[in-house]
Amino acid sequence: MAAFPNAQPLEGFTGGVLIGIAAAIMLLGLGRIAGVSGLAARATGIADSGGPRDVAIAFVLGLPLGAGLLNLATGGIATHFPDSASTLVIAGLLVGFGTRLGSGCTSGHGVCGLSRLSRRSILATALFMASGFVTVALLRLAGLA
Amino acid sequence: MKRILVALTAGSLFGAGLAWSGMVDPLRVRNFLDLFGDWDPTLAFVMIGAIFPMAVAWRLRARFQKPFADAHFDLPGTTRLNRPLALGAILFGIGWGIGGLCPGPAIAGLALAPLKTTIFAAAMLAGMLAQRLSSR
Repeated sequence: MAAFPNAQPLEGFTGGVLIGIAAAIMLLGLGRIAGVSGLAARATGIADSGGPRDVAIAFVLGLPLGAGLLNLATGGIATHFPDSASTLVIAGLLVGFGTRLGSGCTSGHGVCGLSRLSRRSILATALFMASGFVTVALLRLAGLA
Repeated sequence: MKRILVALTAGSLFGAGLAWSGMVDPLRVRNFLDLFGDWDPTLAFVMIGAIFPMAVAWRLRARFQKPFADAHFDLPGTTRLNRPLALGAILFGIGWGIGGLCPGPAIAGLALAPLKTTIFAAAMLAGMLAQRLSSR
């Protein structure tokens, strides 16, 4: 029996390589960091600095386009979302506020920043990982996980 | 026009990678963060896979006078470790743990679970707006 029966290391790694290639195209093609929180803020106009808006809008529209096409091609990707709308709202508010305050998320700090050995990104990634681990452990203790 | 096509291509590849890797499933992300449950290390493989091409790209970047589809590089230059960075990352991690969603998968997921991701994305944009208003 496998140690982690639910793990998909091969799909994870190859999907990760695709994500890295996409981020490399943003860097070398457009001179920008593929940080989704920053691009989403720029695309919606919440941020009024941070590069041309048309690029941000095109990248953000590409995300569901790529995921949707892959879903069609592979015949259905399973997703399991939290049931309650209030959970989604609380999580969304914290993610939105936190990523803007901290200047990035999993993509900008975690992928683009770590691969550049940026000290800000190393700190941010360590903190949001630790904070995520602790949050889920506390939810589990409270019987909510 | 060229830069829009390049950005759309990059976004689509990014979204396809998120879907293929399983990261559009909040349960999988949540299980990565759940050290005391059915721990699922997949997210770590995604990070490792993504960092390889980017590490190469950062090395190539030094040889580029300008990006191939735009006029100039526009990259973060600050290196200072400060409180907003730390506090923001901690708050983001709490939300990430609660919902199993970060911005990329939430937006890519609009194609797979439109109702749930729309609720999350609307709240996320409200949080971004609140941060902007509070920082004035």
